Amino acid sequence: MEANIADKTKGNAWDGGSERPMGASYGKMMMWFFIVSDALTFSGFLAAYGLTRFKFIDVWPIADEVFTHFPFMHGAHAPMYYVALMTFILIFSSVTMVLAVDAGHNMNKKKVTFYMFLTIIGGVIFVGSQAWEWKNFINGSYGAVQLKDGKIVQFTENGHQIALADFVQAHPKEAVDHTRNNGLWFEEGDANPSFTVEEVVASFKANPNVNLRIEKIDPATKKKIIVSREEGLKFLAQSARVVEGANLEVNEYGSSQFADFFFFITGFHGFHVFSGIVLNIIIFFNVIIGTYERRGHYEMVEKVGLYWHFVDLVWVFVFTFFYLV
Amino acid sequence: MGNDAAAHKALIWKVFGILSVITIVEVGLGIVKPEVLFMNNFVGTSLLNWIFLILTLVKAYYIVWYFMHLGDEKKSFKYSIVLPLIILIPYLAALLIIEGGYVYETLAPYINWNY
Repeated sequence: MEANIADKTKGNAWDGGSERPMGASYGKMMMWFFIVSDALTFSGFLAAYGLTRFKFIDVWPIADEVFTHFPFMHGAHAPMYYVALMTFILIFSSVTMVLAVDAGHNMNKKKVTFYMFLTIIGGVIFVGSQAWEWKNFINGSYGAVQLKDGKIVQFTENGHQIALADFVQAHPKEAVDHTRNNGLWFEEGDANPSFTVEEVVASFKANPNVNLRIEKIDPATKKKIIVSREEGLKFLAQSARVVEGANLEVNEYGSSQFADFFFFITGFHGFHVFSGIVLNIIIFFNVIIGTYERRGHYEMVEKVGLYWHFVDLVWVFVFTFFYLV
Repeated sequence: MGNDAAAHKALIWKVFGILSVITIVEVGLGIVKPEVLFMNNFVGTSLLNWIFLILTLVKAYYIVWYFMHLGDEKKSFKYSIVLPLIILIPYLAALLIIEGGYVYETLAPYINWNY
């Protein structure tokens, strides 16, 4: 076997000479090796998510109950439809990318331009969808109460979760949001929740139809346990605060670590999509001004294509581990 | 050459079809959650979850092999990409998930659900 040594007399030394170890060009090979290392990074994150999930396997939020929104369908219970749509958008932008690569092999500048454009549009729609998903998750949909030991309790009626606003009677507020206008001008506090703990507890007592749902999953039905009214009152006696929506510290859907991992992993993936869009735009303009036409090949399109497909590949796994299993 | 290009295009659309069908099946199963598959435990999780995992790996194969054209590369190159991943990722995942299960068994009895 012959050793692969960069030979300065042949080709450009910066590109590894004219040698092509394993039949791949320098740039393409390095893109692949970057993808390997990035794949290991994402595996690390998802494996950490797996560790945490198995650690709290009996209290982990059920994804169908968390992601139920669909655009222009207010109040509809649409688990997973939206994220399935996002998956299709990303797969489709992968197809247009591979068509762009294909057109590049045939030196068809017009078609490369067209398909690159579609790919960029697909990526932008995906990132926008991701932002919308985050918005819904951050704002929350029902509201919950956190107990003194950190557990989250939610409210149900006839076995279905209901929002705090559906049954809680609010009284005029004594607490005022601490904004820059009414306190120290250089700081502001968190917004007050719509209801106080006392209002929630009083309304729970006044509404015999309302039940309390705890985080624990019943192994027999694989659903969150709804406790009896008497037990519910005992839980509510431990109330610490009203929680609306999700952030890095607390999460109305249950375990705060679910929110932490969701924000971190989908955020990191979304950042990859964003970088991919930026790279695609750069290549898109290079295609338009004819850089690759003059170079004689469209390998650059192939290289960003690899990255773009990798982003799609990661999403396939994120979709499985956050929404399906 | 022209014929080759047409065949390649057909292959791209075929792979797109396969990926779409798999995604539809996954979403359908995820919404319906058939009792036979969901209400059981097979090696640590439900059969349904194993199906999701396998379908995901099938999708990953099609993306890497046909969209990223790894199938067209030299054998040595294919293995230098794929082998590290298929050795290291299952290894890490298995260790961490086993550890997670152990921590759960150890700590869960100490969590109070009666007030």
